[in-house]
Amino acid sequence: MLWIDCPNCGQRPFEEYRYGSVFPVTPDAITDTAARNVDYGWMQDNIKGVTLERWFHESGCRRWFTAKRDTTTDEFLG
Amino acid sequence: MNEFVETLLDLPWQIGDPKPAYDVVIIGGGGHGLSTAYYLATRHGITNVCVLEANYIGSGNSGRNTTIIRSNYGIPESVRFYQRSLELYQGLEDETGCWVMHSTKGQIWLAHSVMTARTEQTRALMNAACGANTDYILPDEIKARCPQIDLTGGGRYPVHGASYHHEGATARHDRVVWAYAQGALRKGVHIHQHTPVTGLLTETSSSGVDRVTGVQTPNGPISAGVVLSAVGGNVSVVARWAGVRLPIRTHALQAFVTNAYAQEFAPIVSSNDLVFYISQTPRGQMLIGAEYDRQASYRTSTSYAYLQACSAKATTVFPFLKKLRILRSWAGICDVSPDFSPILGNTDVDGFMLSTGWGTWGFKAIPVAGEQLAHLIATGTTPPLMAPFGLDRFSTESVMADPSSAGTR
Repeated sequence: MLWIDCPNCGQRPFEEYRYGSVFPVTPDAITDTAARNVDYGWMQDNIKGVTLERWFHESGCRRWFTAKRDTTTDEFLG
Repeated sequence: MNEFVETLLDLPWQIGDPKPAYDVVIIGGGGHGLSTAYYLATRHGITNVCVLEANYIGSGNSGRNTTIIRSNYGIPESVRFYQRSLELYQGLEDETGCWVMHSTKGQIWLAHSVMTARTEQTRALMNAACGANTDYILPDEIKARCPQIDLTGGGRYPVHGASYHHEGATARHDRVVWAYAQGALRKGVHIHQHTPVTGLLTETSSSGVDRVTGVQTPNGPISAGVVLSAVGGNVSVVARWAGVRLPIRTHALQAFVTNAYAQEFAPIVSSNDLVFYISQTPRGQMLIGAEYDRQASYRTSTSYAYLQACSAKATTVFPFLKKLRILRSWAGICDVSPDFSPILGNTDVDGFMLSTGWGTWGFKAIPVAGEQLAHLIATGTTPPLMAPFGLDRFSTESVMADPSSAGTR
């Protein structure tokens, strides 16, 4: 079973949490405003490796927090 | 020996390393990559083609899906697209001479609420208008087609009705892969297994990547006129090499089979409200799947939480499942597009094409995607059937949103 460290509740089982999202990052190389809007609205980095993302402790303290996770192992890193 | 072993296909593998150059290099030896190679060779006579597979053929999502073939989608473009695929599947055994265990079963799509009943009625009418064979049926007919169902839905999910897709079918997933591989190999296409692509050969200018000219492998570079990415969950990695931004998120989708159920379970049954689907494999096992995991992930392991949640949903409508045991579970990593439709064809980078966004609906589209992409590669023009599914639809505000038809959410 996977365990996630909640900043408020400590280590709790994975099922208590809800995945929020990653932080959308539009590359600086895209300069055209319309293209930046399309990128912001649709495009994903979809990182294979360590990502920074928002998680919600739905069945616990019901607070949002930022977590670092490795998407190849689902391991949560400090 | 049994029927599964006795009818194994003879695959005439070529000997030796890949050549230094090909007309077309296809990354990914799953159903989509191999069907594209097959149709390039058989329909257009283009045989200077190489399919590169990092593992063995069909080892990715082609070997991890739930093998359902159907065309009862929610928007006309999708219905026509998947109906073509369904018809190609029906003729696949005759065309290739390979037994892919295609079996037309019919698909029942349950509605447990008045709102969903309206959705399914709309689906039936819209499908009929676009050429797919779908009717709206009432509970007594559902019970006649699938006696195992509990029409009260455990008291909480009563069955109001369902759309019935007459041509819904299943086929053996790895036999489909092998059939296309055999057909392509016989025409002289090269298929190299255990040959991962580690990068793309590109021509770049100040504005980024202009052109993809080939692929990099551990055996050395291979140059190509066209590089097609038929990669599953790892597509964003490949697209990044070409400097192409994709709207794809990779999620794991879990599924499982139970031990053999001794009686017949004839149709494929899905539920829009509960979000699960069930069918019986040729071995008699009950094959059950549901939605993909919420968090983006490249990890192909299954979780107890999922098996528990999915079992709870399936046993609500099918109480007989409580007497069965889970035998095997697995997960595939799906390239999920935001509008639940595939992304096919050209990109802004010359010589680089995509077959992605297959999320949880890729298996049913293996023949049509291969046929359409082969047409695009051979002639340079996008055929009308796949034209709505280009990557440019996100910047031209013509997104093909069809979330209620994916059988997942």
